[in-house]
Amino acid sequence: MDLYEYQAKDLFAAHGVPVLPGRTVDTASEAERAAQEIGTAVVVKAQVKTGGRGKAGGVKLAETPAEAKEKAEAILGLDIKGHIVHRVLVTEASDIAQEYYFSFLLDRSNRTFLAMCSAEGGMEIEELAVERPEALARVPIDPIAGVDRAKADEIVKQGNLPAEVADEAAQVIVKLWDTFVGEDATLVEVNPLVRDPQDRVVALDGKVTLDENADFRHEAHSELVDERSQNPLEAKAKEKGLNYVKLEGGQVGIIGNGAGLVMSTLDVVAYAGEQHGGMKPANFLDIGGGASAEVMAAGLDVILGDEDVKSVFVNVFGGITACDAVANGIVEALKILGDNATKQLVVRLDGNNVDEGRRILAEANHPLVTVVDTMDDAAAKAAELAAGA
Amino acid sequence: MSIFLDENSKVIVQGLTGSEGMKHATKMVASGTNIVGGVNARKAGTSVEITGRDVPVFGAVEEAMKETGADVSVLFVPPKFAKDAAVEAIDAGIGLAVVITEGIPMHDSAWFWAHACANGNRTRIIGPNCPGIISPGKSNAGIIPANISGAGKMGLVSKSGTLTYQMMYELRDIGFSSAIGIGGDPIIGTTHIDALEAFEADPETEAIVMIGEIGGDAEERAADYVKANVTKPVVGYVAGFTAPEGKTMGHAGAIVSGSAGTAQAKKEALEAAGVKVGKTPTETADLARSLVNRG
Repeated sequence: MDLYEYQAKDLFAAHGVPVLPGRTVDTASEAERAAQEIGTAVVVKAQVKTGGRGKAGGVKLAETPAEAKEKAEAILGLDIKGHIVHRVLVTEASDIAQEYYFSFLLDRSNRTFLAMCSAEGGMEIEELAVERPEALARVPIDPIAGVDRAKADEIVKQGNLPAEVADEAAQVIVKLWDTFVGEDATLVEVNPLVRDPQDRVVALDGKVTLDENADFRHEAHSELVDERSQNPLEAKAKEKGLNYVKLEGGQVGIIGNGAGLVMSTLDVVAYAGEQHGGMKPANFLDIGGGASAEVMAAGLDVILGDEDVKSVFVNVFGGITACDAVANGIVEALKILGDNATKQLVVRLDGNNVDEGRRILAEANHPLVTVVDTMDDAAAKAAELAAGA
Repeated sequence: MSIFLDENSKVIVQGLTGSEGMKHATKMVASGTNIVGGVNARKAGTSVEITGRDVPVFGAVEEAMKETGADVSVLFVPPKFAKDAAVEAIDAGIGLAVVITEGIPMHDSAWFWAHACANGNRTRIIGPNCPGIISPGKSNAGIIPANISGAGKMGLVSKSGTLTYQMMYELRDIGFSSAIGIGGDPIIGTTHIDALEAFEADPETEAIVMIGEIGGDAEERAADYVKANVTKPVVGYVAGFTAPEGKTMGHAGAIVSGSAGTAQAKKEALEAAGVKVGKTPTETADLARSLVNRG
């Protein structure tokens, strides 16, 4: 789960990383009050989970509370790369002497962690990595040894941070490591990490991604979920424990079992769709191992609630899952949904108990269900039905 | 021959006494696996009955190895306890640890992988979040259904479980020396490259199918490896062409970040290495079939 800047900074503060005082608000008048309370010039910052906020007009300086209100009005409701701004952070405006870059992340290729540090912060790190790779230090971190003061000193040195801030920067890096490990983050990024005129080091921005697999040891993390930023269908699916991702611009709803097979199903549908009016998959939905009637009904319910969907492709390979259970699930789900089920379903079953599964569907003979034997043919049929709907 | 697992493998199950452990141990035994014991510290000294045979439960992996000569462990341990269970297997120095568990925190996987490396990689780890490995007719360590395909001359390595099953089904007319699901997590033990190296060295394997998916650069690295080191024909398939940037597609590791980890880049890398890449699993299977000598 990606966090908002203010949430990331709250975690930083909890682990002793210096951040500037600020308040998050949902309205312009609250922004005015927040600026009054802070009592200095402030920066009003859009809270969206995407980069490039500054360029999009989502970060503005305000000298007075009245100006903070005005700036917040302009920022709230902005669409930044498809993310609508519902909330702004009003924070003390800082005097910046220098901007640095710092992050902890997973280095997948080497199956270890990585610290990245540069004396040239502020710009997008992808640009820096391409344009001046020598200015970006990459220091491997052993997950077991972690980052102690000596390792932090090494990172500061390799990142070429100036001697005047070396001590404080190293302290901050140790605390950022505490955040990375203590919160089970998969990414902790500070861009910029700034030096103020008094040589203090402050995290001016923050980007944190939390590992949902570790939720069992972080009860507080559930409070960080923001329902407003979720696609309503995704939120509904999540409530039902389904692994669902909405895809924009698609017409064929997809249900399958296993992440790899579902991903493959999306591709095969898009490929078949090239012959059928450019039909595309409308979602990713993995029902996982147990394809009970309830799970199938929940999945179909989510997909049929998507107005973009014109036909549905149910693609199951029964490994552990038995095809007869899936077939019963489909039949039962259609009973549960009744008149709410309105779209054509193409079903392809293979594997464990496939004959029984196909027999159940043939016997039910539901007017909306077409059974097709192979994945490629079924994808073509689903695309054809979507194009004709 | 086969890779990593054969008829001589002696298998223990960590988490045998749980419902998943018992269910799959029973299936493994039915598919010919020699299961010699289970591990559960709280049930040490007891035994469980699997298809009419008493299987002893030991308190620790090390003890189980000493008593039974076990050289493979399959882990059905819940995510919370998976790190400790994996570390125990590594410390005991077992040859192969197959971690089936899904949903292990990344920091825990990073930790036990680093621990395995620090111990000189005496333990090969497969997974986590994987279906395991099957050498049809010989042994089955994990949850791959044994009835999909029999033994044969194809080698298969895949990030995805269900695509492993799908591909085994497509190529059941040829059969497999071994099929291995390496898992879709960001940190995994055995990689495509490890499997390619082993299949290349395995006289029974004539051709290799390699299945990848979006995220990371394992497929690109495997492509480089194939080009430099693999003489047997390799066919590839990559899932996730239609996956949008920044969205996790089921597997924790299946995510396109910026321009990195796209299916297109992986396909191009594989093709540049001389690997034919199918557009669908069926087309991939047809390509693979055309490459083996069926006589």
